[in-house]
Amino acid sequence: MKLTLKIWRQENSNASGKFQTYQVSDVSPDMSFLEMIDVLNEKLIVKNEDPIAFDHDCREGICGMCSMVINGRPHGPLKGVTTCQLHMRSFKEGDTIVIEPWRANSFPVLKDLIVDRTAFDRVIASGGYISVNTGNAQDANNIPISKIDADEAFGSASCIGCGACVAACPNGSAMLFVSAKVNQLSKLPQGQPERNVRVLDMVAQMDKEGFGFCSNTGACEADCPKEISLTNIAALNRDYLKASLMDQ
Amino acid sequence: MLDSKIPEGELSQKWTKYKSSVPLVNPANKRNLEVIVVGSGLAGSAAAASLAEMGYKVKVFCFQDSPRRAHSIAAQGGINAAKNYQNDGDSVYRLFYDTIKGGDYRAREANVHRLSEVSGNIIDQCVAQGVPFAREYGGLLSNRSFGGTQVQRTFYAAGQTGQQLLLGAYSALSRQIGMGAVKMYSRHEMLDVVVVDGKAKGIIARDLVTGKLERHSGHAVLLCSGGYGNVFYLSTNAMGSNVTAAWKAHKRGALFANPCFTQIHPTCIPVSGDHQSKLTLMSESLRNDGRIWVPKLKNDNRKANEIPEEERDYYLERRYPAFGNLVPRDVASRAAKERCDAGYGVGTSKMAVYLDFSFNMDRYGRIEANKHGLNNPSPEEIRKMGKEVIAEKYGNLFDMYKQITGENPYEVPMRIYPAVHYTMGGLWVDYNLMTNVPGLYALGEANFSDHGANRLGASALMQGLADGYFIIPYTIGAYLSNEIRSAAIPTDHAEFVACEDHVRNQLERLKNVNGTKSVDHFHKSLGKIMWDKCGMGRKGER
Ligand SMILES: Cc1cc2nc3c(=O)[nH]c(=O)nc-3n(C[C@H](O)[C@H](O)[C@H](O)COP(=O)(O)OP(=O)(O)OC[C@H]3O[C@@H](n4cnc5c(N)ncnc54)[C@H](O)[C@@H]3O)c2cc1C
Ligand code: SF4
Ligand code: FES
Repeated sequence: MKLTLKIWRQENSNASGKFQTYQVSDVSPDMSFLEMIDVLNEKLIVKNEDPIAFDHDCREGICGMCSMVINGRPHGPLKGVTTCQLHMRSFKEGDTIVIEPWRANSFPVLKDLIVDRTAFDRVIASGGYISVNTGNAQDANNIPISKIDADEAFGSASCIGCGACVAACPNGSAMLFVSAKVNQLSKLPQGQPERNVRVLDMVAQMDKEGFGFCSNTGACEADCPKEISLTNIAALNRDYLKASLMDQ
Repeated sequence: MLDSKIPEGELSQKWTKYKSSVPLVNPANKRNLEVIVVGSGLAGSAAAASLAEMGYKVKVFCFQDSPRRAHSIAAQGGINAAKNYQNDGDSVYRLFYDTIKGGDYRAREANVHRLSEVSGNIIDQCVAQGVPFAREYGGLLSNRSFGGTQVQRTFYAAGQTGQQLLLGAYSALSRQIGMGAVKMYSRHEMLDVVVVDGKAKGIIARDLVTGKLERHSGHAVLLCSGGYGNVFYLSTNAMGSNVTAAWKAHKRGALFANPCFTQIHPTCIPVSGDHQSKLTLMSESLRNDGRIWVPKLKNDNRKANEIPEEERDYYLERRYPAFGNLVPRDVASRAAKERCDAGYGVGTSKMAVYLDFSFNMDRYGRIEANKHGLNNPSPEEIRKMGKEVIAEKYGNLFDMYKQITGENPYEVPMRIYPAVHYTMGGLWVDYNLMTNVPGLYALGEANFSDHGANRLGASALMQGLADGYFIIPYTIGAYLSNEIRSAAIPTDHAEFVACEDHVRNQLERLKNVNGTKSVDHFHKSLGKIMWDKCGMGRKGER
């Protein structure tokens, strides 16, 4: 296949970026999207040009590192798929593909397609945990947990922290990400003692990081590669309301 | 010359005795001792969180943008523990014995016994952190069995066990970061160990955003930097999993043990072309329901579904009737390579064998039909119900396969081929997990001690978390209790300066080569030599 790529190039966080056009040929339908960029980078390196900087690690859809907006959609056209799992058979001969970084106030661009997502880590550090020191635990089977609750907690916990939800949201809100963690821990008996303070602290940190408000557009759920459900946000709102009332 | 420092006494009593006699560091002194942890996988995150909880000052380094993305996140299958929740005769001794036997009796017995003793604590700790393991309807934890064992002792969270365990450890680490007890350095790559008067006293790291070299001083350095599978170029490891940290430690005098022990996993998606950047594992659990075969005819170009039953060679079932498709990983891998080398391989590359679910899909379909009281169901109805059972068990893996290959494994058999997956060898460590360089430790896949010549499924996650949560917090006291009087080495010390210069010179030298080939080009070529000459089934004369 022959393709035209329009790729966002930006030297560093202070520089202003722009799109640059590249032609690629010999693209095999079996290549992954990132392998297609690898091949382009090889060519750039041989020509002594700066290769395109992008984040990636596991290349199997689980680490959450890869992050490209492809033709306007975070992680590209397919549902439930990360950028690294997208393959070139989803495109056809002669296509033009526009590739950009996540765009959100709280995720400044570091270089080309790489953004700074440490705001997510700070939100987790503000309360996305159960306070149990190593060695403090009782036997794992002492507290039975219904399979339904355990499965629901697992569903929320399968968020990979990629940030596509923020990039997809017109307000740059992090509600899907934050609510997935809040809801995972709220579903479990172990998470109850800190339930109220957790949701208050995490939402406060989220606001402090400059993420936008949630206006229920649902764009986050549509582009989430792990299909994290909007019901998490509804659950967070309930928990938040309850915790705020009790706090007063 | 090497002293493994294995405590005296009965095997089963060594760890208990050790724990009650190892020197302690009092809380006031802990606050003055700084520990550097390289790597935020299961071993690194668990160690960093536990040491910080105990009161040490900790600095953690990882090259990803967040500690949550360490390679442990990709582990699929599960984690072993001798809980005996299934009442099937499991015990600490049995887990110890299976692990030793699985490693061809080449692992260090004292370490493996200790590993099996703490295995149950790991599950307790993870559940307390909110790790959502799979459960039965009664609300208790569910177990599955894994290759090489006769008991059900594997705990799991769908096909994402590594992710859930790592997110648990990451949450504990994040809590300490939030409290200021751990300072996190993400997007930093460690490039050298600083050794002062024979002891590890810090590292040189590079900020991957600014490119600047930094000096970090500490009273001990813990390498939790993972394995070296990517020396073969293609492997199931993440792209960034390189062996720089362990290699640099080796250059500074830390010895390497068993580097030849590499695990080649039999069920991975085969290479599709020169552009291939990594390989993807298809969980071992698939061999429970998939039958492995190749055509009986050499260079058979027919499609799988066009080859009649009597012209298929189920070579594992034929050669190993007792185990069939569930032979250990090394046997299955060698047999697949042998068949392909002999000209029976399938697919365009001919470097693959079939993993076929149709037989068991129909078997499950008939069981379902019986359950629902269907008389004389049509083959289509049977297949449909069978597909549903298979989807329930392996849905995510089937989706992943389809995504990568473009083929639907519900309709045509999967194509699989062995790939480099895990490295049993690593930095030599003593019972305390310390390398032969005092103050330099190696935990998790980075060390060599627990898996001998082969690793059983579900034992690497166990080892990483055991090392981090339950072993290093004790064993580090043996060294640090003697360091309480030595003040931190300032980073303008001559050794730090020399080490940074050494790193800078090397980087400059490489940059100024002005060559015409990329780094990947060399990695690929060297990896190919490794795979061809040091891969599966090597012979003495090569
Ligand atoms: C696909 C796959 C599936 C697996 N499934 C299972 C399973 O089901 N059960 C099981 O028991 N095991 C499984 N394993 C093996 C297991 O996942 C690993 O052995 C284990 O997670 C290793 O953990 P670790 O903490 O030692 O290292 P890792 O998780 O590899 O972490 C190492 C980290 O160190 C950091 N690092 C490395 N070098 C540097 C440097 N120079 N500077 C800074 N940071 C550095 C990086 O951040 C890196 O992420 C699987 C492995 C793979 C590849
Ligand atoms: S909720 Fe979905 S899109 Fe958002 S970070 Fe998690 S996995 Fe990514
Ligand atoms: S590279 Fe890990 S999810 Fe894409």
